Amino acid sequence: MPKPAEKSTVKKTPKAKTIGAQPENPAQLIVDGKVADNQWNLLPLTGEEEVSADNLVAGKIILPASVWLALREALQDRKQEIGVWLDSDETADLIGEYAGELPLIAAHFPAFTDGRGFTAARLLRERYGFTGEMRAVGNFIRDQLSYLTRCGFNAFAFQGEQPLSALTESLRDFSDSYQAAVDQPLPIHRRRALA
Amino acid sequence: MYRYDEQDHKLIRERVAQFRGQTERYLAGELSEEEFLPLRLQNGLYVQRLAPMLRIAVPYGLMNSTQVRRLAHITRKYDKGYAHFTTRQNVQLNWPNLEDVPDILAELAEVEMHAVQTSGNCIRNTTTDQFAGVAADELVDPRPYCELIRQWSTFHPEFAFLPRKFKIAVCGTDEDRAAIRAHDIGVQIVKNDQGETGFQVFVGGGLGRTPILGVAIRDFLPETHLLSYLEAIVRVYNQLGRRDNKFKARIKILVKAMGPEEFARRVEAEWEQIKDGADELTVEAIQWAKRFFPEQPYKTFKAGHGEAVLRDQAGGDKAFARWLERNTFPHRVEGYQAVTLSTKPTGIPPGDVTDRQLEAIADLSDEFSFGEVRVTHEQNVVLADVEQEKLFALWQAARKHGFATPNIGTLTDMICCPGGDYCSLANAKSIPVAEAIQRKFDDLDYLYDLGDLDLNISGCMNACGHHHIGHIGILGVDKKGEEFYQVQLGGSANQDASLGKVLGPSFSRDEMPATIGKILDVFVENRQPEEFFIDTYKRIGLQPFKERVYAKAS
Ligand code: HEM
Ligand code: SF4
Repeated sequence: MPKPAEKSTVKKTPKAKTIGAQPENPAQLIVDGKVADNQWNLLPLTGEEEVSADNLVAGKIILPASVWLALREALQDRKQEIGVWLDSDETADLIGEYAGELPLIAAHFPAFTDGRGFTAARLLRERYGFTGEMRAVGNFIRDQLSYLTRCGFNAFAFQGEQPLSALTESLRDFSDSYQAAVDQPLPIHRRRALA
Repeated sequence: MYRYDEQDHKLIRERVAQFRGQTERYLAGELSEEEFLPLRLQNGLYVQRLAPMLRIAVPYGLMNSTQVRRLAHITRKYDKGYAHFTTRQNVQLNWPNLEDVPDILAELAEVEMHAVQTSGNCIRNTTTDQFAGVAADELVDPRPYCELIRQWSTFHPEFAFLPRKFKIAVCGTDEDRAAIRAHDIGVQIVKNDQGETGFQVFVGGGLGRTPILGVAIRDFLPETHLLSYLEAIVRVYNQLGRRDNKFKARIKILVKAMGPEEFARRVEAEWEQIKDGADELTVEAIQWAKRFFPEQPYKTFKAGHGEAVLRDQAGGDKAFARWLERNTFPHRVEGYQAVTLSTKPTGIPPGDVTDRQLEAIADLSDEFSFGEVRVTHEQNVVLADVEQEKLFALWQAARKHGFATPNIGTLTDMICCPGGDYCSLANAKSIPVAEAIQRKFDDLDYLYDLGDLDLNISGCMNACGHHHIGHIGILGVDKKGEEFYQVQLGGSANQDASLGKVLGPSFSRDEMPATIGKILDVFVENRQPEEFFIDTYKRIGLQPFKERVYAKAS
C-alpha cells in the first residue's frame, strides 16, 4: 500500500497577489448628495495588464493604482481625465504625493466590513490635500454613508441595482459628531471648551 | 459623573433612529442577514443559542441610581426579570426580542444610556478601576480621561470597521485593578519628574485563543496627547492589521508579527503628523472633563472615630467582621469606605441580578453612596462612598437582598462566562462547575484562611471568563464530544501580570471540585505565613501541584 504523503513533502509555493473581486461600473451613482450619471470608466485589475499610454481607451478613466503609477509620466497631457483607484490593501501614501494633481480617487471596498478605505480617504483629504472627487466603489452599504462622508468621500458608486435616491437619506443619519474629521475640523471637546 | 448635554442627547437619539430603521429594513427583508449582522453588533445585539442577547454599555462601569432603576424596568418589561454584569463592566440582557430592541434603546437613551459599540469590530467600552476617584493609592482619577476616550471613540467614522474588536483600559493606580495589559491598549496614568501627568501606553494585550500581555510602546505621553496617540495607534492597526483570518486579526498579532519596536516606530511616525492637530486636548478640555467628577459632598469626621465604631461592632458580630474584612475597601477620605456588593452567592450564575435586586442596589446607593453605582470587572457592584458609621446598616440591608456574601477576592468570588448553558460557542458548561466549587468550599473560615485567590472559568478558548489571568484558571474543552476541563495555574491580572500554565490532562466535571481541593491542599501545605496562592505558586512552581493532582491512587 502506498504510504500517505507526508505533510512536510507538500510544497508551499508563495502565492502571487490573487486578483480578488473587482469593482463594477454602475450607470449611475450618488455625487454630492444627488443621483448623477457615471461619467468615469473604471478599469479593473486583470493581472495581465498590457495597457500603455498609447493603447489606453479614450474618455475619463479610473486606473488601478499600480497601473497608473507606471504610466503617470506618459499620461501627463490627459491629467484631467485620468483618475486612480486604490484597492483596500493599498494605503494612501502610495499615491499621496500626487493627490493634488488628480481629479478623482476611488477607494475599493471588497467587503463592506473592510474598513481600510475610511483611513485612506481621510489621509488623502487631510494629509495629502486631495480636493477632487473621492469615490467609494465596491461593496460598501448605505448604512456606512454618514461615516464615509465624514472621512471625505463625496461620491458613492453602489454595485448592483439600488434605489439610489432613497439611499441618500442615510447621508443624514447624524447631524453632529464627537470627533474631528474631514467634515468637521474641531472635535467636540474643543467646541465645548469654547462655548 | 458625566451628564449628557444636548449634543450627546441628539447623537444618541439619532443613533436609535438609525438602528430602528435598520431593524425595520431587516425585518422587511430589505437588509440581508450578512449586512445586518455588524450593524446590530455595533448596537450591542448578539444572537445566541437561545435568544438574542443585548449588551448595554456602562461607560467605565459607572451608573447612577436612575439608570439602574431603568435597567430594572427594562428587564421586567422586555426580558425575564434579570440582568447580567459582565467582565467588561457592562450589563447584558439574555432574552430580549429583536423587534423590541429599538424601544429598549430608546428607553435607555432617556436616561443617558446606550448599547453603542458594545460588540462588533470597533472600539469598545473603555474600562477602568472600580475604585476610581476614591482609592487611597490613586495617582490621578482616570474617569475624566475615560470619558474623553468614550466621546472620541463613539461613532468614530474611521474606526467602525476595524479588523477586529478593540478594547482600551485605563488605570490610575500602581496596583492594576483594570487588567490593562490584557487589553488592546492599556493606558497607565503616571507622573514625570516635574510632577506632570502623563500616560504609559501598552499595546497588543488580549486573551482569547492567543493570550498575550501588552507591551509598553511609550513610557511617558503628555496628558494633552492622549487622543492623538490613540488615534495614531488605531490608524496603524486599521491599515495593517490582518483581515484574512479572524483569529489573527487582533492588534496583538500585528504587534507580535511586526515586533513591538517596529510597531512603536510606525505609531510614532503617524503621531508626529497629527499630534499638534485638532485631536490634541486643550487644557480647557481636560478641565471640562474633570468638572464631571468633582469631590462628593463628604462630611468631615474626626480621625479614627469611624474605625473605633467599626471595631466595636465587629467585635460583637463575627459575620459583620468577616464582611468588613472582605467586602470593604479603604477610601482616601477619612470616615468613608467603599463597599463591594457580591453577586456571587452559591448557586447563582456569577454576575446575575434580578430586577428587584437592581432596584435594591439603586435604593442602597441613594441611601448610602450619593446615588452612584459601579460595576466591577469581577462582575460585582461597588458603592464607593459609604460612611463608616453606616456600614453596619448597609450590611444588614445588603444581607436582606442577597448581596452580602462575604467572599470578595476569595476562591468563591469567581469570574465565570455564561458557558454552555447560554452560549453557542461553548465547549462545556461553566456555571455548574462554578456552583460545584462554591458548594464544596462553603466554609468561610477556610476561604479566609486561603486569602486572595482568583478563580476564573471560561467555557471555551474565547476566554470570556479570563481563565488565563486567574490564579487558578479553568477552561472548558471538548474531548470526543464530551465536556472536559483543563486547569491552568499562575495567571495574574495585576501589575506583575502573567498568563497561567496548563497543569496537565483535563478532567471531567465531576472530578473538578476534588481537583481544586488537591491544588488548595498543596498550597496550604507549602505556603509561608500570610502568603497568597499566587506567591506560593511563583515560589514553588507547577511541579508540586502536578504531582499531587495526577498522583496514582495507591
Ligand atoms: C453568551 C454569549 C457570548 C458569546 C457568544 C461570546 C463570544 C465571545 C467571543 C467569540 C470572544 C472572542 C473574541 C476574540 O478572541 O477576539 C469573546 C471574548 C470576550 N468575551 Fe465573550 N461571549 C459571550 C458572553 C460574554 C460574557 C457574558 C462576558 C462577560 C462576563 C464576555 C466577556 C468577554 C470578554 C471580556 C472577551 C475578551 C477576551 C479578550 O480580551 O480577548 N463574553 N466572547
Ligand atoms: S468563553 Fe466561550 S463559552 Fe464562554 S461565553 Fe465566551 S464564547 Fe461562550
